[in-house]
Amino acid sequence: MLLQGLQGLGRSVIGGVTKLGRANLFMLRVLAAVPGLLRTPGLVMAQIYSVGVLSLLIIVVSGLFVGMVLGLQGYNTLIGFGAEESLGVLVALSLVRELGPVVGALLFGGRAGSAMSAEIGLMKATQQLSGMEMMAVDPIRQVVAPRFVAGVISLPLLVAIFSAVGVYGGYMVGVGLLGVDAGSFWSQMQSKVLLQEDVLNGVIKSVVFGVVASWIAVFEGYEAAPTSEGVSRATTRTVVYTSLAVLGWDFILTGLMFKEA
Amino acid sequence: MTARAGLLRLACPCRGLATNDSGGREIANEKQSPSLVEIRDLHFAHGAREIMSGVDLDFQEGRITAIMGPSGSGKTTLLKLIGGQLRPGRGSVQVDGKDVHRLRLGALYDLRKRMGMLFQTGALLTDLDVFENVAFPLRAHTQLPEAMVRDLVLLKLEAVGLRGARHLMPAQLSGGMARRVALARALALDPMMIMYDEPFTGLDPITMGTIVALIRKVNDALGLTSVVVSHDVKETVTIADYVYVIADGKVVESGTPDTLKRSSSAWVQQFMQGLPDGPVPFHYPAPDYASDLLGGA
Repeated sequence: MLLQGLQGLGRSVIGGVTKLGRANLFMLRVLAAVPGLLRTPGLVMAQIYSVGVLSLLIIVVSGLFVGMVLGLQGYNTLIGFGAEESLGVLVALSLVRELGPVVGALLFGGRAGSAMSAEIGLMKATQQLSGMEMMAVDPIRQVVAPRFVAGVISLPLLVAIFSAVGVYGGYMVGVGLLGVDAGSFWSQMQSKVLLQEDVLNGVIKSVVFGVVASWIAVFEGYEAAPTSEGVSRATTRTVVYTSLAVLGWDFILTGLMFKEA
Repeated sequence: MTARAGLLRLACPCRGLATNDSGGREIANEKQSPSLVEIRDLHFAHGAREIMSGVDLDFQEGRITAIMGPSGSGKTTLLKLIGGQLRPGRGSVQVDGKDVHRLRLGALYDLRKRMGMLFQTGALLTDLDVFENVAFPLRAHTQLPEAMVRDLVLLKLEAVGLRGARHLMPAQLSGGMARRVALARALALDPMMIMYDEPFTGLDPITMGTIVALIRKVNDALGLTSVVVSHDVKETVTIADYVYVIADGKVVESGTPDTLKRSSSAWVQQFMQGLPDGPVPFHYPAPDYASDLLGGA
């Protein structure tokens, strides 16, 4: 019994390490194909529309509500210390440093990442990728690399929009509903939120999450078993792995970026 | 004859699709032409399961060669090995004198530009319409002006009878139409050979007749070499010049369709005539029927 358990554990570890190795080799192939996209920018543009523009609605609505909740919770906490004028700082720092990149990436994984995996997986299941190979067209260059690049470009932009809309949501609740002074809200935010320490680090996070989420999505789609069940499993794995990877990387990046805090 | 002249012949006044049975036989009866594809001692395994074990095949130029065998006998795997999508454990596949599995990626892609492949599902790109699907390889590999791309695409679509369907999306096509579009796409770069993977599966009789006739006509009009993988015996033998029957990873019989019909092998006779029982038993191995029934009492 114990031996079987150990064997199972060993198999899982070896399987996990092997898959990680395959994912890295796959990533190298994708990166090698990226320069070739300069000759066909239309492929990337179409994918930016698909994974970026079509994700705008969920990003804007979520950002607005997250900002409004932050405004409510922050006000209720700060008013106990007589510091409700700092609401703008609290909302902005929360969004720019953490919630914007993390929630934005989680939403991206759920909406665009899963769609990328499903699309590539279905193309594999319906022999479209094999067909391209037999037409001497590299599916990594034609299908995978444009989606990967589009994800890496789109996520930071979506995160910026998420944070901006979130700040406005916090403003609507804090200033419009709860009566915080508008001048204090904006001026404290302006003086306390630093471009390099806060905004730039948030941007770096969103770029890292964009790479991680897009990598997982295209790899899982490309590795999907060519059946309807295989595509379904790949889509599920994309959402789960993206969520775990984003949260894990967020901890690491936060530890590296905000040591003094 | 150039490929374009062949296409015009295919598309123009003689475009009736009645099968010209004698056409294939004439080629078969000519003296042997050189082999475009030579497969020697081919071994391939999926894990512990051996799919090919020492297969030797020759596909001669200008002929339609059929690979037949029961489901799961490795017919599609064989096409993937010829196209370089799979690597054999041992043995060689030479296409037009080039060892497919020793080529670098660039050279393999150059060779594939001269090999068309028709997949069982058609494998059309679902986000492109019929016109763009056929134009896809032209746009990917040539710098032709748009007007010429248009002419070529219409020429290919006319050859398969679907010029009028050029604005349809793949989801709007029937199974037979999808395969005809895929055939037009496979012809786009004027290949030297075309491989057909189960081209007759799941088609109604009219569509099947259309595809059967198209394979023969395209092969003869364009001077192609065709490889048809199928387990549909009746349709395949009407157009094949030469047939290989494979089972259990080996070639069990080969020859012209007439030779195969006269084969002394009980297995081949069962396969060719579609008999339910024979060397391949109807019953899955089981204990004695009577004792099995009484055993539950």
